[in-house]
This record gives sequence, structure tokens and C-alpha cells, in this order.
Amino acid sequence: MYGKRMWAGGLVLTNVLLLGACGEGGPGASGGDFSGDKLVLAVLNDQSGIYKDASGPNSVKAVKMAVADYKKKYGDKAVVDKIEVTSTDHQNKPDIANTKASELYERGGADVILDVPTSSAALAVANQAKNHKKLFLDVSAATTALTGAQCNKYTFQWAYNTYMLANGTGTTVTENGGKNWNIIYPDYEFGQNMTKSFTEAIKKAGGTVQGTIPTPFPNENFATFLTKAGSTNPDVIGTMHAGGDLINLVKQFNESGLKAKGIELAVGLMLINDIHSLGVEQFAGTMFTDAWYWNMDTEARTWADRFKAETGTRPSFEHAGNYSAATQYLEAVQAAGTDKAEEVIAKLEGKKLNDVFLRNGEIRAKDHSVVHDAYLVRVKKASEVKEEWDYEEIVATIPAAKAFPPAEASGCSM
Amino acid sequence: MNAVLQYAVQGLAAGSFYALAALGLAIIFGVLGVVNFAHGAFYMLGAVAAAVLLDLLDLSLWWSLLVVPVLMFGFGVLVERLLVQWLIRLDPLYNFLLTFGLTLVLVELVKQQYGVSGLPYRLPGPLRGRVDLAGVVLPRYQLFVLLFSVGICALVWLLMTRTRIGMIVRASTEKPELARALGINVGRWVTPVFGFGVALAGLAGVLAAPFRAITAEMGNNFAIILFAVVVIGGLGSIVGAVIAGFMVGLVEAFGQAYAPTFAQILIFVLMVLIILVRPAGLFGRKEATA
Repeated sequence: MYGKRMWAGGLVLTNVLLLGACGEGGPGASGGDFSGDKLVLAVLNDQSGIYKDASGPNSVKAVKMAVADYKKKYGDKAVVDKIEVTSTDHQNKPDIANTKASELYERGGADVILDVPTSSAALAVANQAKNHKKLFLDVSAATTALTGAQCNKYTFQWAYNTYMLANGTGTTVTENGGKNWNIIYPDYEFGQNMTKSFTEAIKKAGGTVQGTIPTPFPNENFATFLTKAGSTNPDVIGTMHAGGDLINLVKQFNESGLKAKGIELAVGLMLINDIHSLGVEQFAGTMFTDAWYWNMDTEARTWADRFKAETGTRPSFEHAGNYSAATQYLEAVQAAGTDKAEEVIAKLEGKKLNDVFLRNGEIRAKDHSVVHDAYLVRVKKASEVKEEWDYEEIVATIPAAKAFPPAEASGCSM
Repeated sequence: MNAVLQYAVQGLAAGSFYALAALGLAIIFGVLGVVNFAHGAFYMLGAVAAAVLLDLLDLSLWWSLLVVPVLMFGFGVLVERLLVQWLIRLDPLYNFLLTFGLTLVLVELVKQQYGVSGLPYRLPGPLRGRVDLAGVVLPRYQLFVLLFSVGICALVWLLMTRTRIGMIVRASTEKPELARALGINVGRWVTPVFGFGVALAGLAGVLAAPFRAITAEMGNNFAIILFAVVVIGGLGSIVGAVIAGFMVGLVEAFGQAYAPTFAQILIFVLMVLIILVRPAGLFGRKEATA
């Protein structure tokens, strides 16, 4: 009796092993052109800290939406059946991002890493992408180094960079009469970079930067920094702060009376979540550059409605950017018929495209910067807001060629 | 000259706020000997409560200044009864770790519920705008915070020095055995004092709501400044906390004006200098150094 059972068990086991082997090398729909017989899209971003709302878990959902749309579009014709979306928290720390990226490429079977906010973390991931010869589509980090001095063949920057922000806001505000600037910035890499980009843009547009004031990071009390910045009577005070620091500064700017003296506030980087959290009243009239706005046209709006049904909130440009990056990656895989990085890159490079996120977009082959139209926006007054999250009015569309630096000037050689 | 005066007034306004926020920390240490690391989280809860009450019940700042401290008092009593009291006889390090853990839990819970980008808050009409005091321009709300904080600090000081409750509390702090021998139930006062300290943190949070970002992490960095204030003033000293609060406010304001990069570091330089000269802080008791 006992022996019979053993035999039966052995037989089952052998069958399982055989079937497994079939799965590995067999003639499934995916064929042998996919590593691990599946496609893995790994979202690596801030799942718990200051950038959680702007991107975070909802970007993972956006990528899942892209996968669902791909499956719906191609059905049986899809070159790969099994597509996984994974999510990893890098806590905005470059060292953690570095280790996690390496793990994802080596053991997680990741074919592509998406998102990665925080410039220093993104640069670490770009380096891992290069070492592992796997793709990295960055959406939420702003440094121009990703497509400049530290660019590589496997890294793409999808949504925006500091040049776009500075060029949009700095140039336009200066041309509209804000000639004299004082810049307040958080004293770390992002703030210093932004200040440099803004200073260049302002000078080019015929303005002057009277002074730059570094502040500790993070910081709560900006009262005297603001008094100091206002003491030279500039036309504009530019702030390069983000997140909680930005909100502290804006609240205190509004109380300070500088606005009554005719001094405007220009914000370097703002996300729609900042306006939502502080209330539109506090930001009313502020100008900034946005990469995308959920209510800018019917196509964006339709997608934003789907996103809202999925998440309960309106998308930031980072959410839309992740959807776009995932979609275009899947399209490139479909065209290449494989997940082999070199072949997918060949399909991406030089592609001109329009989608939910990208208008007049082009994936530049020279520096892997994804250029597209950007928007100079003004925050609406409370009386102009017609529905929740209706905060932005597009003042000007900045054409792709002007929004991003020319490829020759990027300093990238692959 | 006018600029210097302007910075000084701004420094005093910021300082009064630091004094009020540090007061609860000093009282809790004085009576319980607990280094309450969760003070920043209680401060954050106060601000979040004000924002939520405004959103849900349309409760204005005035009502929040009254209601939130009462709620926070109740919360403080719960924390003391359920958690702090069990560790109080052990090494102070245990309660330090407990309150540190409590901070992490509270911050994460608020993040789960309200996200990370913060909550909006509207300032009541009469507190908007600015006042011009002989050439020194101050936002009306900053002046309000200054006067309100000084008022509360004075009230607490009167409570501690001029009332029977205050005397009992001080006796329990300074000579607990002697107080017990005189028939005073020292333990009875521990819970309400902890609740009172937490209520003060919550009150500071409500005051912060209109001019600070209301986020789960708003207390993290702030708590570190408060610890510097309390150490400078002398652990457990109420007068010390208030005076140190003003000193830190002034150092910060002049730092921001003349050495912006070092504005925050200067506070800690001040702390180190004072500890070197007076290890127990400006008004600290000798025992505190032991």
C-alpha cells in the first residue's frame, strides 16, 4: 500500500516537472523571445514620503492601466501574455534606489524600471541600467544630468527637466515685465541646479538676478528670509522649494505683505497636489510651468476620468507621464517582438508620437530626452474654480523645440 | 537700523511661538522625568485636528484654539495611562524610546489617512493683513501669535507659582519623598500634568495651522528645535524654556538675515555654547546634570 502511494506521488512529481519544462521552452504564445517568459515593469518610487501623493502608489496604478489597455488593444496578437507590474519604495534615498534597482534587474526579472523621483536617486538607477543593460524610463526626476553629462544608452527622461521649468517660468515672467529677481532656494542639489537654470534663463530674457538666498532644508520659518528677499524691492521673488517647504514659504509670503508692495511670487516646481493641499486661494495668480494638465483637452480629460474612477483623485503630470512611458514601452516591445533591451531601444529611438501625455512628442535619439509641448499656467482664483481639482489655466503653450534644450547643447555622448 | 528692528521683531514673534511649543515639553520633563519625543507628533496632531475640524464642522480658528487643546488633553491622559506610566519607574531611556515609537505610529497613521502633501487652512478675516508699528511691518497674524503665546506662557507661570495646584506640582517635582511625607498624593498629579503638556503641544499646533504646512511630518524637524530650546533653557525649567524660546527665535531671525546658510545651525551652536558654560542649561537644576 505504502509503496503504491510513493509511486503515485513520484509520478505526479515527474509530470509536474515535465510540464514545467514544457512551459520554459515550449511553444507558448510568448515564444522564447522573453526573458523568464514574461515582461516585468518595475515601478521604483516614493511610496511613503514627501513625493507619495505626486507620484507614489497611484503611478503604479497608472502603469497597470497602461498594461490593461495594451492587452485590450492587441488581444491575441500581443507578443507577450504575461505582464507583471511590481512596486518598490526607494524612500528618495540614492543608496536604497541603487540597491533596489540592482535587485530588480538581477533577481526581480525587471525588463524596465519606471518613474524614480529625486534626481540623485534617478542618477543611481541610470547607472545600474547601464551596468545591467536594461531599460530605465525616468518620469519624475528633474535633473538635466540624466540626458546630459551622465546620459547612457539605456536611460530615457520622459516628462520634464529643470531646463523646461526655468525656461518656461523664468523666461516668460521676465519677458512679461518681471525684470528684477531675488531667488530663494533650498540649499541642496535640486535647489542649486534650479537656481542656476533660472539665472541663465532670466539673464537671457533681459532680466537681472539681484540676489540668491540659500535656506536650510527642510525649513519651517521663512519670515526673515522673505523680508530680506523683499528688501531690495525686486519685481519677482522666485522660490525653488518643493513639497512642505514650498507650502510653508507660500503661506508666509501671503502674510508678509510683499504682494501688496507689488512683488510677485514665481514658483520653480509645482505639482497640482501642492495647489490641492494648500487651497487654490493661497496660490491664486501664481505662474509656473507644467508638463501636462489633466483638464487641458478632451483626450487628457477622458483619461483623467478613468484615472479618477481607479484612484479617487485627479492625476498629476507624473501619473500621466508614467502611463505614457509604460504605454510606449509596451508598443515598442510589441513592434520588436521581444524584451531584449537593444531591440526595444531601436524601436523607441527617434519615434515621433502623440498620446495622452505627449503632444508633439519625440524620443530624441541623441540624448534620450523625450521632448514635447510644455505649458505656462496660472493658478485660478477661487471664484473661477468650477469643480474639484480645477486649478490651472493654460496661459501659453511652449512648443517642444523651445521647451527643452537643443540636443547638441545637452553634453550627452553615449 | 530699521531693518535690524524689523528682524528683531520677527525674531521675537518666532521666539514666542517656540516658547509656547516648548513649554509642554519642559513641564512634562519637570514633573514626570520623561523626555517626550512625541511632542512634535502631538504638535502635528493639533494642527491636523484644526484643519479637519475646519473642513468637517467649519470650526473656525477661535473655536479650535479652545476645543483642540481639550481633545489633546484627553488624548494625553490616555497615552499616559495606557503607555507611559508602565515605564516610568525604569530607566528614562525606555520612555524616550516609547515616545519615539509613538511618533512613528502617529505620523504613519496621519499619512495613511490624509496623504503626504498636506491639508489646507483658511485664516479668519480679522487676522489677515498687516500692522505697521512705527515703520516695522508685521503680519497681523504674527502679532497675534506673539501676544497669544506670551499670554499663555504668563498664565502657565501664574498657575505654577501662585496656585495650590502649582505648588503641589512643583513640590512633587522637586522633593517627591518630602511631598509624600506631607500627605500629598504625588501620583495623582502625574496624569493631568502629562495631559496638560500634550494640550500645550496641541495648542501650538493649532496656532501653526495658518502659517505652516500641515503635513504628517511637520513636527519632525520642529521637535528638534524644541529640544534645543528646552536644553538651552534648562531641562524642566518653565522660565528657562520661555527665555530660551525667545533667544532661539532671535538667533534664527538674524541668522536668516545675515548668514542664511547657517540659520538653523546657529541654534545648535548656541546650544553647545550654553551647555559648555552651564551644563544644566540657563535655568536648569543641578540634579538635571546628574
